[in-house]
Amino acid sequence: MAYIQLRNITKKFGSVYANRRICLDIHKGEIHALLGGNGSGKTTLMNILAGRYKYDEGNILIDGRKAVFHSPGDSVKAGIGMIHQHVDLVDSLSVEENILAGTEKGLFPTRKKARGKIKDLAELYDFHVEPEGKVYQLTIGGKQAVEILKVFYRGASVLILDEPTSVLAPIEARALFVNLGKMKENGCAIVLITHKMQEVFDISDRVTVLRKGEAVYTSLTADTGQSMLTEKMVGHAIEGRTEYRAAPRRDIRPLLAVSDVTVHNRFGSAALSGVSLDIRPGEIHGIAGAAGSGQKELCDVIAGIAAADEGRILYNGKDIAHMPIAGRAAKGVRIGYVPEDRMDTGLVGGMCISDNVMLRRIDREKGLFFNEKKARDLALRIIGKYGVDAVDPAQKLKDLSGGNIQKILLGREIEEAPDLLITAYPVRGLDIGATNYIFGLLRERRDSGMAILFVGEDTDVLLELCDRISTLYRGRLTATLDAAGTTKAELGLFMAGGGTGGTR
Amino acid sequence: MIQDIALFLQTAIIMGTPLLLATVGEILTEKAGHINLGVEGMMMIGAVTGFLVGFATNDPLLAALAAGMSGFLSSQIFAFLTVSLKANQLVAGFVLTIFLTGLANLIGSNYGNATLSSEFTQKIGAVAVPGLSRIPLIGPALFHQSIIVYLGIFIAVSAWVYLNKTRFGLSLKVVGENPSFADDAGIPVAVYQYVHIGIGGFLSGMAGACLTLVIVPRWQETVTAGMGWIAIALVIFATWNPSRAIFGAYLFGALKGLAFKFQGTSIEIGGASLSLPSQILDLFPYIITIAVLIAITLGKRRENQPPRWLGKAYFREER
Amino acid sequence: MITIQKRDSVTRKQGALRQLASIAGALMIGALVIFLSGYNPGTVYIEIIRGSLGSGYSISETVQTVIPLLIMALGVTICFKVKFINIGPEGQFYTGAMAATYFAITWPDLPRGALLALMCASSIAMGGLWCVIPALLKVKVGVNETLVTLMMNYIAIKFVAYLQYGPWKDPSVIGYPVIRQFSQSGILPDALGVHSGWIIAILLLIGMIALLGKTKYGYKITVLGENPNTARYAGYGTAKLLVSATFIGGGLCGIAGFIQASGVENSLNAMLSNGWGFTSIVVAWMGRLKPLPIVAVSVLIAVLIQGCTYLQISMGVPYFMASVIQAIILFFILGSDFFMNYRIVRRQGDKEAEARR
Repeated sequence: MAYIQLRNITKKFGSVYANRRICLDIHKGEIHALLGGNGSGKTTLMNILAGRYKYDEGNILIDGRKAVFHSPGDSVKAGIGMIHQHVDLVDSLSVEENILAGTEKGLFPTRKKARGKIKDLAELYDFHVEPEGKVYQLTIGGKQAVEILKVFYRGASVLILDEPTSVLAPIEARALFVNLGKMKENGCAIVLITHKMQEVFDISDRVTVLRKGEAVYTSLTADTGQSMLTEKMVGHAIEGRTEYRAAPRRDIRPLLAVSDVTVHNRFGSAALSGVSLDIRPGEIHGIAGAAGSGQKELCDVIAGIAAADEGRILYNGKDIAHMPIAGRAAKGVRIGYVPEDRMDTGLVGGMCISDNVMLRRIDREKGLFFNEKKARDLALRIIGKYGVDAVDPAQKLKDLSGGNIQKILLGREIEEAPDLLITAYPVRGLDIGATNYIFGLLRERRDSGMAILFVGEDTDVLLELCDRISTLYRGRLTATLDAAGTTKAELGLFMAGGGTGGTR
Repeated sequence: MIQDIALFLQTAIIMGTPLLLATVGEILTEKAGHINLGVEGMMMIGAVTGFLVGFATNDPLLAALAAGMSGFLSSQIFAFLTVSLKANQLVAGFVLTIFLTGLANLIGSNYGNATLSSEFTQKIGAVAVPGLSRIPLIGPALFHQSIIVYLGIFIAVSAWVYLNKTRFGLSLKVVGENPSFADDAGIPVAVYQYVHIGIGGFLSGMAGACLTLVIVPRWQETVTAGMGWIAIALVIFATWNPSRAIFGAYLFGALKGLAFKFQGTSIEIGGASLSLPSQILDLFPYIITIAVLIAITLGKRRENQPPRWLGKAYFREER
Repeated sequence: MITIQKRDSVTRKQGALRQLASIAGALMIGALVIFLSGYNPGTVYIEIIRGSLGSGYSISETVQTVIPLLIMALGVTICFKVKFINIGPEGQFYTGAMAATYFAITWPDLPRGALLALMCASSIAMGGLWCVIPALLKVKVGVNETLVTLMMNYIAIKFVAYLQYGPWKDPSVIGYPVIRQFSQSGILPDALGVHSGWIIAILLLIGMIALLGKTKYGYKITVLGENPNTARYAGYGTAKLLVSATFIGGGLCGIAGFIQASGVENSLNAMLSNGWGFTSIVVAWMGRLKPLPIVAVSVLIAVLIQGCTYLQISMGVPYFMASVIQAIILFFILGSDFFMNYRIVRRQGDKEAEARR
């Protein structure tokens, strides 16, 4: 019998189902991968198991007995520990204080024994952290190690990790997986939340696929395959390649030439180093790479949100690397941008549709006043033209579904008639219908001569949609390839930093 | 001259004591992530309660405890609004001050002319420690003082020990920095917030009583004279560290003392006569505090920053 | 087991009903306090209404209270709109009043129109400056504006006290130090029995409704306040927007100071604001940063303040009763916010789960 059994767990946020009648078994000595796209309900489900969220219906059984969690503390007592995706410790305190908070006994606890135990645990998993060092001095990998130590210090036998590799460098990720193997040998039950197919096959023993808040498939990893999981994740098999695709034309002068661009993050290390690439009119130029390889910095620097620390960005020959966004339209620089996290950047959830569609053009409007009629007309045009499921432009944006929000954003950016459209993960969290619609739209724009920079995560999609693909690895460009004639294996190699690099 | 300075130090320390009590209380409150701008009001209610109980019973201990309790109970209104009902802390604090200032004056309206018995003032007045108080300069300042001065220092040091050496102190810091982390660690976040807002109220109440029982010592409508706001400034000045608050409170107390002493006169500095009106001296705490705030922001030392969750409500299912 | 859930949203009607319910609850608790103080709550409430709205005189007194509360609350609102937590209206009020007073006592012989225009303009400039300083500290250095604006209140108040006791003291008045009375040119003329500050207040109200709701500028500061990342993405100069909005906000509080000094006291002193700068923050918050509800809250508070002043005369109820009742009402409105955003539910299936244990 499974150590932990989730039975028909349902959780609603407001009127939206985040989890719907989910059943899941977690066994000791096993790594269970929880696979699903963004918004599929993986994290919510595990937050329920960790006692953070209260569920509306269902049961949790631990070792056959019903468990009720009133707080995260109850879940910790039951031996469950969760490592959250965004490592969130108390920076100003020391490593040991972070680990010990809430566990100590007595008024004036002595730390000697505890320190020894922490050191032993750190040694077991080969973590190099000083118990007395301050947390803010650690790298993200180091902070994650502290989280893991904290969980084990509290005697957890069930470990939940939420996309743990998304913040790690590949070498750190490998070390983590080695450790997960050790924990499994020691009899722990491990749940790995991920949206990366590769990780499922690298490490898991069992896999459950979530889609739109429901558990749609569970299997031993050895008994399943990539295509099966993909199909379960997206609902039905993704469409095959389009019949016609023109070969990329080399003779066309590039619209945008990025040369030797370096961007430092706020800690001073290079998030993007010496990247050069060019984008031609009428092509979809893909950017492939593990999450956090510099994609966001590349998009931001081209779009003008971030400044390049070194290098030039030539737009039709003009250097725009330091040109403020406000003056760009007047100088004929027309770049549209669909950022990665649309509710965080690009839209205002608390404002209505017609307000949101005016965002880009407000400075070009004449006079002092906001033209409400114009905004409404534009909103209605975008709703009609891009198939947005909304009736009233006065509807608040945050009340719409993800797909409709994305269509509005994409529609707004396309209606600005840009020469270059940057799209970062434009179909993340969308259903298959919206996904196909957006891919179709991008192709159509490409065919009409727009240059498109497409940042994606799924290699199949990249190969299918793009004309050329550039790969990023830890802020460096490793290759620029013609999509036709490139295999997934090759692409994966460059994404992992391998290969000889260069341009083909 | 030496005697003048000794007297000045003595005044600075006694004037700084209510500031110290209120500041230490507000530090503990803010360490739990809540900024309570009701300090001025809680001092007012403590001032009137302490005075009335002292007046009626002639018992300083009872008066101090009653003052503390009045502050504690008042602070629980704030705690209920901001912790349980997640109301805006700044607004709740202001309203608390309006409420308590009104209430204190309502209660005290008939006691404007009342005076404490000499028996009472003797019990709580300055006591000379034999021998030590004769040390030149610092003797009178440190060893010829009301018991309340020693109590103030004791409370500040205890608060430092509590914060830095006990497990409750560690948990408290975690609550103010990162409540969801605390929650995951099994620390009862709301309990910590209620309790430390309560301690803050208790100490503010005592601080108010300090004014009406020892310093002034009478009940007046404007007895706190903005000291509650100076205490909030002091929290920043002390960078949320109770032991640094001792120094800060005496420094600000000295400014208050100077303002009091040199009212309308001028002092000689280097042969030049410099007129330093008391209102200008009153400005210094606030200017110094802004300077300190800029300095700690520029300095970026993590240990000196405000608690990260200061002023925000915590709701477990939203993060 | 009881759990708390976030609400989707509340309709306007539900919201209004809850507000009314909370005010009713507050009046009931207030009645209890009044009763415990030995008065008849019914009589007290009737007297409050009579004292604030019962006669031409009392209405004019109430309007005089609404004016500064409303103007400062509007000033706070535009700052809060850009997520600049300005708790310094008190200080901006005093610096504005100070600037106006400087001109009023330096050039008392200017023609009225010219002098008043000068006073008004300088009060905007000084109030605005007093708000822009913490805004610049926030933008350039990252200093927490809540704490700085709070501290700057006291700097302004103490400085006015210094002027009153020192350089600006009227030598012809013996005893309690006061600043010289303004000449006739420096005093706002009356209109319909109240100083004409009410006309300025209405113009500013209309101006703010238009600015926030109808202009491109208002649109941009709303975007900035709601989502600064998106404002940067759209290329709005976010620092400039923040600083200009805080200038407007501080300037409004400055005008309130000018009106109070010129129209009501005809002079300046360190108690000019009655602490209404702090009250205006509460008003702005209770009015949910929307101009018309802010008008309603200002009127409510002004009625209480004026009504209770009257109570003091008519029934001998101490004036401080006003602050107590006012605060109780505010506590209730503040608390009722929770029920707008969250709801408490009894979890289904819990009963059986608990029964089985």
